[in-house]
Amino acid sequence: MSPLVVGITVFVLAAFVGFEVISKVPPTLHTPLMSGANAISGITIIGALVAAGLGASFVAQVLGFLAVATATVNVVGGFLVTDRMLEMFRSRSDREKQKK
Amino acid sequence: MTSILYLGAAVCFILGLKRLGSPGTARSGNRLAAFGMLAAIVLTLVTENVVNWGTIVAGLAVGSVIGAWAAVRVQMTAMPQMVAIFNGLGGIASALVAATEIVVDTDLSHLPAETAISIIFSILIGSITFTGSFVAFAKLQGILPGRPLKFPGQQAINVLVGIGVVAVSIWAALAGVANAYWVVAGLSLLIGVLGVVPIGGADMPVVISLLNSFSGLAAAAAGFVIQSNPLIIGGALVGAAGLILTFQMTEAMNRSLANVLFSGFGTEGGGSVAGMSDLPVKRATPDDAAITLGYADSVMIVPGYGLAVAQAQHAVRKLADALESRGTRVQYAIHPVAGRMPGHMNVLLAEADVPYEQLLDLEQADPQFAQTDVVLVLGANDVVNPSARDDPGSPIYGMPILNVDRAGTVIVVKRSLSPGFAGIDNPLFYEDKTLMLFADARDGLEKTIAALKDL
Repeated sequence: MSPLVVGITVFVLAAFVGFEVISKVPPTLHTPLMSGANAISGITIIGALVAAGLGASFVAQVLGFLAVATATVNVVGGFLVTDRMLEMFRSRSDREKQKK
Repeated sequence: MTSILYLGAAVCFILGLKRLGSPGTARSGNRLAAFGMLAAIVLTLVTENVVNWGTIVAGLAVGSVIGAWAAVRVQMTAMPQMVAIFNGLGGIASALVAATEIVVDTDLSHLPAETAISIIFSILIGSITFTGSFVAFAKLQGILPGRPLKFPGQQAINVLVGIGVVAVSIWAALAGVANAYWVVAGLSLLIGVLGVVPIGGADMPVVISLLNSFSGLAAAAAGFVIQSNPLIIGGALVGAAGLILTFQMTEAMNRSLANVLFSGFGTEGGGSVAGMSDLPVKRATPDDAAITLGYADSVMIVPGYGLAVAQAQHAVRKLADALESRGTRVQYAIHPVAGRMPGHMNVLLAEADVPYEQLLDLEQADPQFAQTDVVLVLGANDVVNPSARDDPGSPIYGMPILNVDRAGTVIVVKRSLSPGFAGIDNPLFYEDKTLMLFADARDGLEKTIAALKDL
């Protein structure tokens, strides 16, 4: 199989896994789901690291730097803010435990 | 070996998303996904032949500081804006990865067709996500007006730009000229602006979900450019997640995606609404509200975007505590499009320490209204409008609503009788069982709580 066909296969299968896993998330968690998913889309940081590490021309360096920086904001900010939100989701029993 | 380790990172993403499906496991799910990301980053740095450590360290440092600062500082009410910006930055990062490929490649004309096409898709989707997200941010933040922006010749311009980007993309792929790729980038950035500007503020839950999907697709496209499976898998997962949320939102509005994106809903404004506004309403004071609520056995609170605007989530919790200490059962009914992004209202109430078992979604809440003594509507309007159910002539006819008019009494806290974003009058306000408490949500709640203590 050519790399393109392999890539498309992986893409389609992963999309189906995504649909399966995410349709079960209840509406209460939709905002953290979105910000968490958003952080995962920051996986493009791998491409950014490769691009920035090539050591080519000045322009390539600038583009690579911007790619790494923007992807890092996405990853670090996305996971942290999701964690901050999820920390607030407490059940009634959690709340009572905290009061004691 | 490296591929297997990357696969491990992708598995962390999938399991992490799966654990995000329940409030009890969600936090560990997010951390698992974060761990997968860290592992993938370290793996890349170790295995790739990195020449320029300086650029990488600088980028990581700058990004981490900005990201962490924003994540810690942001208010929960501003979460939609925040997610919009993160979406946009993720999108442009993918576009920049593809752009670097163009700059590094000295002989673009010998690029394999599939790589050229992948580069174009990365740049196209990534750039649209970037500017589209920033326009959405500006609308949510109030920098741009929330109403749809229209100008003469808008559609002609949109069609021309659309045709232009397709034509230039084909030219770029066939001729392999760097400048053609840059034109594609410029036009894509323009499309993001033109695409979101005509969409009204209340439709932002759909727009943000769609841009979230795009940020994933851009990452997947970048994965095709550098032939990296973790990017393709991660991107596809996020693309699917965003798409599911997009369609859940359009369903909750009973509109098609095309209608949300292209119709400029909400332009009618409030001025043309006549007829009902002359009908009498029952005005209530905070004392009246306190008496009605205080002697109820069960209360259902219906929050809307007005609650977020008034920052009244903590006041709601205080009222609920006061009622619960009197033996009243308190629950919350949350419509899918109650906030400015999916699930936004739930986060605000969680911030105010409302236990998540009390938060009901549309389907859970619906059978309960008939047995509820008092419904308290806070800054919500269209999502409780009975004409969506009863009046086939209404613009929102068919939209699933919370049937609050089936409860014993309805108290609506609202600043005035002004119509919602759709510019539609709400018959609920004129019903016999409805009490209107004209006040800012927080102010009205504080006064009701005070009155409740004197009961």
